[in-house]
Amino acid sequence: MLSLLIFIPIVVAIAIVLMGDKHAGKAYGLALLASLFVFAFALFVGIKFDPSLNQFQFVEQVNWITQFNIQYHLGIDGISYPLILLTSLLTPIVVVTSRTSPKQKYHQYLASFLIMEGLMIGVFCALDGFLFYLFWESMLIPMFIIIGLWGGNNRVYATVKFFLYTFLGSVFMLIALIYLYFKTGGYSISDFHSVPLSMREQLLIFLAFLFAFAVKIPMWPVHTWLPDAHVEAPTGGSVILAAILLKMGGYGFLRFSLPIAPDASAYLSSFMIALSLVAIIYIGLVAIAQTDMKKLIAYSSISHMGFVTLGAFVFFNIGTQTASSETMSLALTGAMIQMISHGLISAALFLCVGVMYDRLHTRLISGYRGVVNSMPKFATLMVFFVLANAAVPGTSGFVGEFTIILASFRMNLWVAFFAAITLIIGASYSLWLIKRVIFGKPLNERISGMQEMTVIEALPLVTLAFLVLSLGLWPAPLVEIMSTSIENLVNHITFSKL
Amino acid sequence: MYELSLIALITPLVGGLLAGLIGSKVNKSFTHWITTLGIFISFSISCWILVEVFLNPSLFLNQNIYEWMSIAGFNFKAGILIDHLTVSMMAVVTFISLMVHIYSIGYMHDDPGYHRFFCYISLFTFAMLLLVMSNNLLQLFFGWEGVGLMSYLLIGFWYKKESAIQANFKAFIVNRVGDMGLLLGIAVIFSIIGSLDYQTIFNSSTELVKAKISITNGYSVSAITLACLLLFFGAMGKSAQMPLHVWLPDSMEGPTPISALIHAATMVTAGVYMVARMSPLFELSSVALSVVLIVGATTALCAGLLGIVMCDIKRIIAYSTISQLGYMMVAAGVSAYSASVFHLMTHAFFKSLLFLAAGSVIIALHHEQDIRKMGGLKQYMPITYLAALIGSLSLIGFPGFAGFFSKDALIEAVAHSSTVGSEFAYYCVLIGVFVTALYTFRFLFMVFHGQTRFKGGEQIKESSWVILIPLILLSIPSILIAWPTFGVLVFGDFFSDSIRQISSYELFGFEYQSPLSFLIHSFSGPVIYLSVIGIFAAWVGYIKKPELPYKISNQFTTIHRVLVNKFYFDHFYENVIAKNTAKLGSAFWKFGDIKIIDDFLVNGTAIRIQKLSTITKKMQTGYIYHYALMMVIGLSLLLAWVIIKS
Repeated sequence: MLSLLIFIPIVVAIAIVLMGDKHAGKAYGLALLASLFVFAFALFVGIKFDPSLNQFQFVEQVNWITQFNIQYHLGIDGISYPLILLTSLLTPIVVVTSRTSPKQKYHQYLASFLIMEGLMIGVFCALDGFLFYLFWESMLIPMFIIIGLWGGNNRVYATVKFFLYTFLGSVFMLIALIYLYFKTGGYSISDFHSVPLSMREQLLIFLAFLFAFAVKIPMWPVHTWLPDAHVEAPTGGSVILAAILLKMGGYGFLRFSLPIAPDASAYLSSFMIALSLVAIIYIGLVAIAQTDMKKLIAYSSISHMGFVTLGAFVFFNIGTQTASSETMSLALTGAMIQMISHGLISAALFLCVGVMYDRLHTRLISGYRGVVNSMPKFATLMVFFVLANAAVPGTSGFVGEFTIILASFRMNLWVAFFAAITLIIGASYSLWLIKRVIFGKPLNERISGMQEMTVIEALPLVTLAFLVLSLGLWPAPLVEIMSTSIENLVNHITFSKL
Repeated sequence: MYELSLIALITPLVGGLLAGLIGSKVNKSFTHWITTLGIFISFSISCWILVEVFLNPSLFLNQNIYEWMSIAGFNFKAGILIDHLTVSMMAVVTFISLMVHIYSIGYMHDDPGYHRFFCYISLFTFAMLLLVMSNNLLQLFFGWEGVGLMSYLLIGFWYKKESAIQANFKAFIVNRVGDMGLLLGIAVIFSIIGSLDYQTIFNSSTELVKAKISITNGYSVSAITLACLLLFFGAMGKSAQMPLHVWLPDSMEGPTPISALIHAATMVTAGVYMVARMSPLFELSSVALSVVLIVGATTALCAGLLGIVMCDIKRIIAYSTISQLGYMMVAAGVSAYSASVFHLMTHAFFKSLLFLAAGSVIIALHHEQDIRKMGGLKQYMPITYLAALIGSLSLIGFPGFAGFFSKDALIEAVAHSSTVGSEFAYYCVLIGVFVTALYTFRFLFMVFHGQTRFKGGEQIKESSWVILIPLILLSIPSILIAWPTFGVLVFGDFFSDSIRQISSYELFGFEYQSPLSFLIHSFSGPVIYLSVIGIFAAWVGYIKKPELPYKISNQFTTIHRVLVNKFYFDHFYENVIAKNTAKLGSAFWKFGDIKIIDDFLVNGTAIRIQKLSTITKKMQTGYIYHYALMMVIGLSLLLAWVIIKS
């Protein structure tokens, strides 16, 4: 089952590439069909998925490279499934919206996204460390191509920066994986979880993984590749980058760092919390100063991802208080919800910027004012997503931050206080953006002449708005999918490996 | 009754959504009928439940609607709590909302955003009901931010006006500062009790008293005090208490009906409501009560002073609202929660009446809001004048009017209180009474009396009936509402199921008999005389000797300047806080991100590697004789080293 999820998009992508340049329409139809099929299939997997089972499901396990005991080992649990669903949801959205901006080598553009989809699902499914690494690294290639070929003027700098950053991070992860291979005699992630490790080993492994995940999420101070990459990437690239690629870092913390090195995680938690708070406040302030819409959203993404890392580490001992397993569940669930929610909201915001960019070909805030006058429907949706970005209750943006702030307070007053400042900073950069772009008198004739969204542009935004709203009003189903896996993770972390 | 109250909650939502989604495709009358109908149903049900409650005082409902989320045994739910406080609030909110809906049919008639307007005010009503009907803090927070959001959208309703979108941005951010306090207050309670349900919280409030929360190593405060202070900080934002009041005068940029509904009667009182709702907790922290008292008293007096120097008709009423909210907080601070809530209710009636009357004037004068350009409107708009007069008399606490009972009761309570700070508060509210009378009658005299100071007086007409009917309907409770309810609500035990009630004798220092005896009793206190002096002062200054105020302001220039600049709060926030935050963000970005991280660390590393490689590159010349020379030099050095070493 899971193999199909991974390989259908890849196979279709190859077919599209082979079809060649001439059949843009057919390529589009095929890509859309394939991505929708994968989404339907992912939903079907979800129906079959039993959230109450305390184990990996849909497991596929085949020996692959026997000399090194590398296995083709797939499986999902409540932590990976929501991310897979998110991936399979956003790919058709990207495919649909790609139609409005015809590009050179359109079929290859589509194929890159489909390949990305397969590889990203692979990352979330892999239960073998080597396989995980393979997916993780090969994912860089299509993204590299997407930004490098269809990107903006300064795309070469951005792609090289993006590639070097993430690649450098991953190298350390590879070293950690090889060390763990020697320790356990294989690459099975479950074995990694259970192998006892000394504090020294744990610390080194934790740091090695940290390099890879911190770059990906990204955490301050290794975050500067993201705004550049976003600014240069085409709309679809930004959507996938913000919505899913960043989540790999968060997923990595939950799947590798915490369970493999629980004692090191606890030992370094204050450090991680400090970095998270820097991301939330410092980066939030930086976002206020931005003049480019995409950069603003990129910085706001980093700030929001700060909540993910905060949620992942906040429950460890600060001072004298000891974490209750309930607080741990609260914080980790919050981190997961924040990831899903940010995936939806940031994707929508980048699509919104794309809609405006397609009309006026500028991303500068100063190039806009009073868009609501000519595009009232679009303005309504954009205001909605911006409010969700500012974590207004009733939208999914609120759920994760609320949960994490509650959990933080159970551990430490000040951590919660600094995290809660995001209520002000987040509202400031979000609402100031729409004040300058959406509201006001039209800046010039080009603004008053902007065409209202087409159906193709509106459909993805409406879908995302519906999801953001439903998740905000009723997060219980999502929480239920994750609860057993998170409980399991919490139980695992609370046992020392020493 | 659960189903009924659910319907009362939902109908404004449905009406608002229909108006917003399909209203513009149908027509205007569909929009105002569907939304007004929604509110009317909600209002009728509220009244029905209110009557039921009066007939059967033990009626009580606490039921969850659905589970929002449940993590590791922590349950977050949406639910309805119907008790005497809720049902009174429901009745007030839906009544004012209904009046404003009807009024807006006339007021917004020619506005291109007609459908949007009705959609927003109905959704606002839904959010407000969500807030007051909640049985837990999470849903309260939903409603709390929901009303803030609708207020944001309505202040910026005329989005082409630069001042409007500046005002709504400011309102949202200032409110968010308060909301941060509220959220942290909720987090304090959750961290100790592990639940956000009111009933659970109140039942285990002793745990909050016992628990300590460490601020720094070795220093900790009691959880109850911290929780109450943080909750009150939230209330300060919403209920515009100083120093978080700055957004409310600016919010007057929105259409006048919403000023009446949101920024006078309902949303801004949410803070007062929340303090009353949380009274079982506030009662346990004397520190928090004193803070409430002192902040409230300061606000009551200072905002009133600002009301005297404002020239915009709506801003005068806005400062008056801030001042009256201060009065409500004062009452809460001396534990007279029922008096606080009662003043909230009477204020809702007479203040929305005043706002709607002001709106009637504004629309008659084609959106002129400067009272210096009004005057003598009494003869042109008799019904509006009468409404404004009734509202004003009720506001200053003229004996017999609704505002008299509520304000006098709370001043009595302050006089008999022994809470720390109550003496200071007593003087504040007493001077406040004089100030209130002064600015109210200054407004009334300058708008309706004296000479006309505008052009084209003949064309000024009384507003249409759809505007006047709400004025008339609001005038009635502004005069009479206290007579049947005062005794039961303030001195009786009507609110005892929801508000921590202290015996009225303990609070007020005398036995209550009847409204009439209360009225007679009040003549022995200073309050009535102070308001009479206030009216007299206004009469002298604005009818008898109109040049006097100028003389005074010229005499006391410094005081006048401080007042006209609104105590420099806006100045401070804009020039010190907002500007420096933006500068800080810019500095972090340009210096931290670009200079240090990008230029020095990231690109710097790349450049250094490049430089290093240019140096090493030079050795790779490709000429054999260069390499041969290198080899010879290398060999000789090696040889030399071996020889020297041996």
